[in-house]
Amino acid sequence: MIENIESIREKVLNGKRLDRAEGRWLLADAPLLELGALAAEARFARFPEKVVTFVIDSNPNYTNVCITDCQFCAFYRKPGDPEAYTLTVEEVLAKIESAASRGATTVLLQGGHNPALPLDYYTTLVRETRRRFPEVTPHFFTASEIRTVAQVSNLTVGDVLDRLWEAGQRTLPGGGAEVLSARVRRRIEPKKGGPDTWLEVHREAHRRGFKSTATMMYGHVEETDDLLEHLDVIRELQDLFGGFTAFVPWSFKPGNTLLEKWIKHPKGPNTYLRMLAVARLYLDNFPHVQASWFSEGKRTGQIALHFGADDWGGTLLEENVHKAADFVNTIGVEEIVTLIREAGFTPAQRTTEYQILRRY
Amino acid sequence: MNSVWDKVQAGRRLSREDGLLLFETDDLLGLGRMADHAKTAREGDRVYFVLNRYISPTNVCVLSCAFCGFARKKGEAGAFEYTVEDIVGMVSDEVREVHIVGGHHPDWPFEYYERVIAGLHAARPAVQIKAFTAAEIDYFWRRWKIEPPEALARLKAAGLQTMPGGGAEIFSPRVAKLLRYAGKADGDRWCEIHGIAHSLGIRTNATMLYGHVETLAERVDHLLRLREQQDRSGGFLTFIALPYQVGTTKLVPRSTPPADNLRTIAAARLLLDNFPHVEAYWVLLGQETASVALHFGADDVNGTLEDERVQHMAGAETPAGLAREQLFRIIRDAGKIPVERDALYNVVRVWDREGVAA
Repeated sequence: MIENIESIREKVLNGKRLDRAEGRWLLADAPLLELGALAAEARFARFPEKVVTFVIDSNPNYTNVCITDCQFCAFYRKPGDPEAYTLTVEEVLAKIESAASRGATTVLLQGGHNPALPLDYYTTLVRETRRRFPEVTPHFFTASEIRTVAQVSNLTVGDVLDRLWEAGQRTLPGGGAEVLSARVRRRIEPKKGGPDTWLEVHREAHRRGFKSTATMMYGHVEETDDLLEHLDVIRELQDLFGGFTAFVPWSFKPGNTLLEKWIKHPKGPNTYLRMLAVARLYLDNFPHVQASWFSEGKRTGQIALHFGADDWGGTLLEENVHKAADFVNTIGVEEIVTLIREAGFTPAQRTTEYQILRRY
Repeated sequence: MNSVWDKVQAGRRLSREDGLLLFETDDLLGLGRMADHAKTAREGDRVYFVLNRYISPTNVCVLSCAFCGFARKKGEAGAFEYTVEDIVGMVSDEVREVHIVGGHHPDWPFEYYERVIAGLHAARPAVQIKAFTAAEIDYFWRRWKIEPPEALARLKAAGLQTMPGGGAEIFSPRVAKLLRYAGKADGDRWCEIHGIAHSLGIRTNATMLYGHVETLAERVDHLLRLREQQDRSGGFLTFIALPYQVGTTKLVPRSTPPADNLRTIAAARLLLDNFPHVEAYWVLLGQETASVALHFGADDVNGTLEDERVQHMAGAETPAGLAREQLFRIIRDAGKIPVERDALYNVVRVWDREGVAA
């Protein structure tokens, strides 16, 4: 029985791993500011400098065609829908060129699960991005897209990752994790497969030397134990290869989704701050925890820097998935620098792999 | 901060030096925890809200305060003047409190203000009327030579129940001169008028407008001045920190950040040990910061606010007219219990965490 944060604090400061019961208490019962203060302590133990990083990035999409019908998604269209689109390689490269011309060093490219696209489409995008825009890291394709490519090409996930590696890809985005719990995924994304479909791609990627992030979208049908399941499985995977650079949670936005009928509003800032702080403490083998100004609002983003986050995310020069849920938020580099400074930190621009490029 | 914490736990009064430390410390969450301790000792997990409506009878004002985006000169585009009938028509029976604050009108006689109160009270007897800042009461004297005790007694007789806390700005002659509000009630006069109201049995609120050109020491001095007045007259119900809205007046390039808002609320909770309540005013803070502030010492989120022209014309970002459901979300996300109150903080209804009447 956990009565206060002291025993947890002692474990954290001695580098001992938190268990499920402790995680449950932190998520459900811990006083928020005590939790936040301990998360900030853990963050400064890892990164003593009061530096907060950000990346200049863009999140274009190559297709919204998708056969997976996830209940939380407002972005996808079924094949044949009048609003369905698939960009050609040149059209995608034009978007990457536009991002590069605005200083982007990361392009996070993702799309629906479109069975009409061959492996060559994906590898060409990576190869041409590397060739034409050497300053841009192709941070392409989430786990479930890679699984779709494997299926349509009759290859293994490992084979697809090998081809992407050969084409020049070195990092993967962490989207599509939602909540890595079989129960939750059956409920909101039955066609996307259980937690292992996501984990397998990241495991195989890390084995090959790719880096990736782990995301979590909470605030729909999950229970506290589902969230802990998620944190446990990514922590276990991280023990094997250390391939995760960062953990990025955000709250589900119900606008225009099938789940909207039951869930009208996103979870609020206190829930978010708690999630971030717990992640910082529980994911003891993750270097970075990202404050998502984009999904939670700039004010909450600034406050989150006091709750264990050390990264501000990116500029998201282009973004369409949240926009489809009527959720729009924009920012420029100058504003990021101002917001980080206002919160009392030194802003630093980073790469996809968290190398610092420039301090402000 | 340890000595401050000892004092807070022992319920001992904080000094001016302690106050400065609260505003200067790097330990934002440590500060918040102390304020939360003080709040929880008073109110547990309760957070208050009221079904209310803001009305400005006019935005015509003889003053030109540099921080104000609301005031207009008579005849200027955007100037408005409501009749008593207009005002009565704005108030439905559903609201429990109406909050009335307006410009310092050059011509309207005191009797007009009396008629507003009497007319509203007659038409909506169940609605409690909170009206006229100390700055307006002082203006009735400046313009019509009606002494505050008489003005307040007549307004009370007409149906006024409480007074809002506006018009305090920052009690600093330096800032008053700089921001051109030296022509309105200064700190002494503002406190004097609230003391008179308290002696007449009129409960009042107190505010502080911050995040512009004031110093942290000026904030501390302002709060201590309020604490002294409360020691003397005891009628303050709640303190409301008002972050300056950059809007169109642009005294500073940007509104003060959320950490400063949380810090100010927490410091106020700790310094104002004789104030029953400290508010997180969501219209000016934004809903997110207001919700987080419920862990930093605030025990009230104001209300549903069907109209708030003053702040909106100055550029507040929050949509007017947040419904009760939204207030529930602000309160429940912080894990607190919504308590519906009236203007005097009488409990109307305790809602449970799911927003159902308990």
